[in-house]
Amino acid sequence: MRYRMGTAVLSLAGMLISAYLWMFKHGFIGTLSCGSGGCETVQLSSYSSFLGVDVALLGFLGYVLFLGVSLVGVQPAWLARPEPSRALLLLSGGGLLFAGYLTWLELFVIHAICRWCVASAAIIVAVFVLALLDHRRMARH
Amino acid sequence: MAGTSTLNRFYLLLLVIAVGGGGLLFWQVRRKVPSIPANVTVTAADTAGFQGYFMGKADAPVVITEYADFQCPACQTFDMVQFPDVVRQLIEGGQVRWRYRDFPLSGHPFSRLAAHAAACADEQDRYWQQHAMLYQGQSQWAREAEPSGTFRGYAQQIGLDVAAYDACMLSAKYAGRIQASYDEGVRVGVGSTPTFLAGGRLYEGVQGSDALKKLADSLAGAAAATR
Repeated sequence: MRYRMGTAVLSLAGMLISAYLWMFKHGFIGTLSCGSGGCETVQLSSYSSFLGVDVALLGFLGYVLFLGVSLVGVQPAWLARPEPSRALLLLSGGGLLFAGYLTWLELFVIHAICRWCVASAAIIVAVFVLALLDHRRMARH
Repeated sequence: MAGTSTLNRFYLLLLVIAVGGGGLLFWQVRRKVPSIPANVTVTAADTAGFQGYFMGKADAPVVITEYADFQCPACQTFDMVQFPDVVRQLIEGGQVRWRYRDFPLSGHPFSRLAAHAAACADEQDRYWQQHAMLYQGQSQWAREAEPSGTFRGYAQQIGLDVAAYDACMLSAKYAGRIQASYDEGVRVGVGSTPTFLAGGRLYEGVQGSDALKKLADSLAGAAAATR
């Protein structure tokens, strides 16, 4: 239960970060609180969209999925079932690959680091690790 | 039940994070952002010594003044399609000195902010780079609810000292200069953008680079004849 609660809390934090970046990209927020200024460079680059969809929006939707699965997983009827762990592992695994691709873009293509994007990537890594631990716990029982 | 109470505490934690995070986002939206007033009093300091943004040799035989608005789509078309040819054919060749004056139209809510973003770039000798970024990005930032972050991004991209740029934008120190520029346009008869002033005559609307070349040739010829 603790692992799934952890992924839910992290997912909510990720949703807030994604919403913040999306709101900036669409001009609802004047400037980003980002010490280096690299956030604006990344968010205004052509790589801030993926297949025509804002990366921040994709992130937000991904976190909504993580949160939804985590919340289902903590319900008493689902606590002993492995499906939520498998789904979280699969989703966060996909998220991990995408976050890795975005970090590679920041480092080697855009040459700017967005701290909020790094925070989001760290959250995805943490969700993946928790999902992995939960999956192993389920496998042992 | 321990399970139920744990779950309730967990829901409470989620609620606290959601409300706290939502509050922070709301605060960000309401946070002070640069605003460039239009009803500013123009002082002598806004006009003395500043005649506009220049490109080209000081001794060029012809001076063309462009009155334009960063949020005006026709000005964007001129800047992106015709102006590069004008730079190559007339300005770099030393035939024309270009003078840019802000003429922010009241129907364009971000014109003054954009003009101020360019003025702040001028402080760091990057006026024309910011000018180009503003026109290139016009179709994006003109749709935004508040584009100062986008302008700041341009400042970052062209290599400005962002802290100095931020301070300049928040001070709104060039609001009077922008108004003085607008007033000058009104005085010479500008009513729309872009409008070009050359040889004492106004030319309204987007001008092709060929038309401007002909105009520059004829003005240069006339200037040579009077010498």
